[in-house]
Amino acid sequence: MRQLFKFHGGVHPPTHKEQSTRTPIAQAKMPSKLVIPLHQHVGNRAAPTVQVGERVLKGQIIGAPEGRLSSAVHASTSGTVSAIEMQVVAHFSGLPDLCVTIIPDGKDEWIAHSGMDYKQTPHTELRHHLREAGVVGLGGAVFPSDMKSYSNKHQIKTLVINGAECEPYITCDDLLMRERASDILRGAEVLRELLYAEEVLIGIEDNKPEAIAAMKQAVGLDGHKHMEVIAVPTLYPGGGAKQLIRVLTGIEVAAGVRSTEKGVQCFNVATAYCAWRAIAHGEPLLSRIVTVTGNVTNAQNFEVLLGTPVDELVAQAGSRADTNRHIMGGPMMGVDLPSGEVGVTKATNCIIEGSDKLFPPPVPALPCIRCTRCADVCPAELQPQDLYWFAKSNNFGKTQEFHLFDCIECGACAYVCPSHIPLVQYYRYAKSEIWQREREAQAAEVARERHEYRQFRIEREKQEKAERLAQKEKAALAAKPAAPAPLPVAVDPNADPDNTLQMRVDADIARANMQLRIDAAVARAKEQAATAQPKNTDALTPEQQAEIAAIEARRAKIREMASGSGADDEPSKHN
Amino acid sequence: MIAALLVMVGISLLLGAVLGYSAIKFKVEGNPLVEKIDAVLPQTQCGQCGFPGCKPYAEAIAKGEADINKCPPGGDEGIHKLADLLGVEYKPFGEGAAPKGKAVAFIDEQTCIGCTLCLQACPVDAIVGAAKQMHTIVASECTGCELCIAPCPVDCISMKPLGEDIGNWKWRHPVITIQAVA
Repeated sequence: MRQLFKFHGGVHPPTHKEQSTRTPIAQAKMPSKLVIPLHQHVGNRAAPTVQVGERVLKGQIIGAPEGRLSSAVHASTSGTVSAIEMQVVAHFSGLPDLCVTIIPDGKDEWIAHSGMDYKQTPHTELRHHLREAGVVGLGGAVFPSDMKSYSNKHQIKTLVINGAECEPYITCDDLLMRERASDILRGAEVLRELLYAEEVLIGIEDNKPEAIAAMKQAVGLDGHKHMEVIAVPTLYPGGGAKQLIRVLTGIEVAAGVRSTEKGVQCFNVATAYCAWRAIAHGEPLLSRIVTVTGNVTNAQNFEVLLGTPVDELVAQAGSRADTNRHIMGGPMMGVDLPSGEVGVTKATNCIIEGSDKLFPPPVPALPCIRCTRCADVCPAELQPQDLYWFAKSNNFGKTQEFHLFDCIECGACAYVCPSHIPLVQYYRYAKSEIWQREREAQAAEVARERHEYRQFRIEREKQEKAERLAQKEKAALAAKPAAPAPLPVAVDPNADPDNTLQMRVDADIARANMQLRIDAAVARAKEQAATAQPKNTDALTPEQQAEIAAIEARRAKIREMASGSGADDEPSKHN
Repeated sequence: MIAALLVMVGISLLLGAVLGYSAIKFKVEGNPLVEKIDAVLPQTQCGQCGFPGCKPYAEAIAKGEADINKCPPGGDEGIHKLADLLGVEYKPFGEGAAPKGKAVAFIDEQTCIGCTLCLQACPVDAIVGAAKQMHTIVASECTGCELCIAPCPVDCISMKPLGEDIGNWKWRHPVITIQAVA
C-alpha cells in the first residue's frame, strides 16, 4: 500500500455527483449551428484559416496556432462557415471574442486523417501533432499539451494522471474513466514516453469506486507496467494539480516553481484520452464529455461537439422552466455564462443549470470578524483574511507580499466564511489590477526606450549631416587644384585666433574661394543647359513641327533683341 | 593633555581622509532621484506637464521647480506614488488637468497627404510613412500623447479611445448591493 500525504486545509461540500452518473455518456444531438471561439486555450489566439461561405470538413483546421504558445482549432463537423465575427464567449467578462460559426450539413464528413505509431515517431513530431490536433489540458486550465510534454531525459520521474475530479456536480471524468479506461491509459503511456517518466500515478478520489475499478481492471488487462491507480481521500480541492501531487508523492511544489523542476508532471485523464485519439487515430480534439446537471430533469453526461450552443445542449437534458442561469464549471469555481448562446469550448467540463431554489442569491456580506476559518481551509496555506483586507483597500503591493499569486481561486475560503464575504472576487480583482499595472509598466518601459532611441537617432543624424557637409567641402576643394587659385591655402583651423592679421587673411581666402565656387557653378549650369535636349519632340506631326519652328524663330528674334539691349547674363534667361 | 589633543587631531585627520577618499571613490553620477521619478512617470512623452518629455519633468520635480500634479496620464495614482517617493503632501489635479481615458491616434488614410509633419512630432516613432506616402500609426507603440494632432495640416488624425476587450478586461472591485429590508 502506497503511503499517501495530506495537503493543508480543504473542505467537504456536498458532492451532488450521483444525479448525473446514473446513465452512460450519451451522444449529444447535432446542433443547428456551431459557434467555435478561436481562443479556447492558454496563449495566443488561433488565426482563422477559412473564409465565410467556405465548406469545411470535420476535423479541418479553421484556426492555425500562432506563436509558440498556442493551439489549433478545428471544425467539429462538416458544413459551411456562415460567419467569422466577434461573439459572446464563455468568459467572466461577458465580452465578445472572435468566433467561427459553422452551419452543419448533417453529413459529418471527415477530412482525410490517419494515426501514427508513436513508438516509431520522433518526439518532436509527436508534440507537433498534438499542437496541430488542438490537444490542450481538459481539466480546466486549457494549457497546450505539447508545451507540457517536453522534458529532458530523466528530468521527470513521476507522471501524475489527474482523475480526482473534486468539484461538486462534475462527473465527466468519472464517466470517461468508467467507459474509456483503456484509451486513457494508452494516452498516459504516450505522455510517459514523451516525458521519459519512470512511473505513472493515476489519482482518483475515493467517491468514484466504479471509475477506480474500471481503471484498475484496464491496467491489469492491458498489462501496463509502471502504472498505478490510487484512490485518494475525497477532499475539495484535492484535484488541483499541486494538491494531487502533494497527496500522491509528498512533494510540495513551492510558489513560483514548476512541478517539472521537482520531477513531476500532471495531466488530466481527459487530456490523456484526447492525446491518444489524436496520435493513434489522427482525430483532433473535436468533442468533449460535458456534464449537464443542476436544475434539469435528466442530469447526464454528453459527448458534445465543440461549439454547440449551451441552450441546445441543456434542452436535451430537460432544463426546467425556472432556470435563470447557466454555470460553466462547478459551483465553487465556475463561470456564470453571459448567455445561452455561447458555444461549448475545450474548457467546458460541466454546465450547471441554476435557479434561485438551487443556488439562492448571495446573502449580503457582513464585516470580517477575523475568525480565520478561511486560513484553516486554504489549500495554499495563505492568510485569506489578510489578503482580503489588502485587496479591499487597494493595497496591491501588500497582497503580493502575502503571496496572492499562490491563490488557486478554489473558493474554499468563501465557502466557509461565516460573513459570506465573496473573498475570491476580491483576489481576482487584485490579481487583474496587478496584471494591468504590469502591462502599463511594460508599455512605459517600451515607450521610454523608443523615446530615448529617437533622441539618439536625431542627434546622430544631425552629426552625420554636419560631417557629410564638411567632407563635401573638403572634396570640392581637393578636386580643384588646376584653378587659378591665387590663394590655395585652405582655412587653417589651428590658426591663432588672436592673430588679427591672420584672421583677415583667412577671411579673404574664404571669400576668394567662395567666388571661385560660384564661378564654377555658373560654368556647370551653362554646360548643362547646352547639352540638355528636349525629350518630347520625337515622332511629331508635320503641323506640330511647323508650329515649333515658328516659336523657335520668335524666340531667336527676342534673344537678338535682348542681347542688343546689353543684357550679358544670357544663361539665366534660358529655360 | 598634549597626548589627548594629539589623539583627537589624529582621529579627525584620519576620518577626514576616509571621508575625502570615499567622496571621490563612491561619487554618484547624475541624480538618482531623477531616475526614480522618471520610473514612476507613464512615459507618454506628451508634454502636458509643460516640459518636453517625461525626463525633463522628472528633472524639474527633482529640483523642486515643478509640482507633482502635472501629469494627467499618470492618473491620481501617479500623484500618490510621487508624493510617497518625495515625502510630500498629495495634491489633486488642478483645473482642466483631469486624466482622460486611454486612446491611440488614428490617421484617416483617405485624407492624409503624406507631409511627414506628424512623423517628426511623434516622440516614440510610432508613425510609419515617408514624404508623399500615406502615413499610418503603429497602434501598439502609440502612447496616446496627441502631439501628432496639432501639426497635421489636413486634420486627418483623431484619437480613438481604447475599448475593453477580453485581453485587457479587469475584475471590478466587488460591490455589495444594499437592499431595503422592510
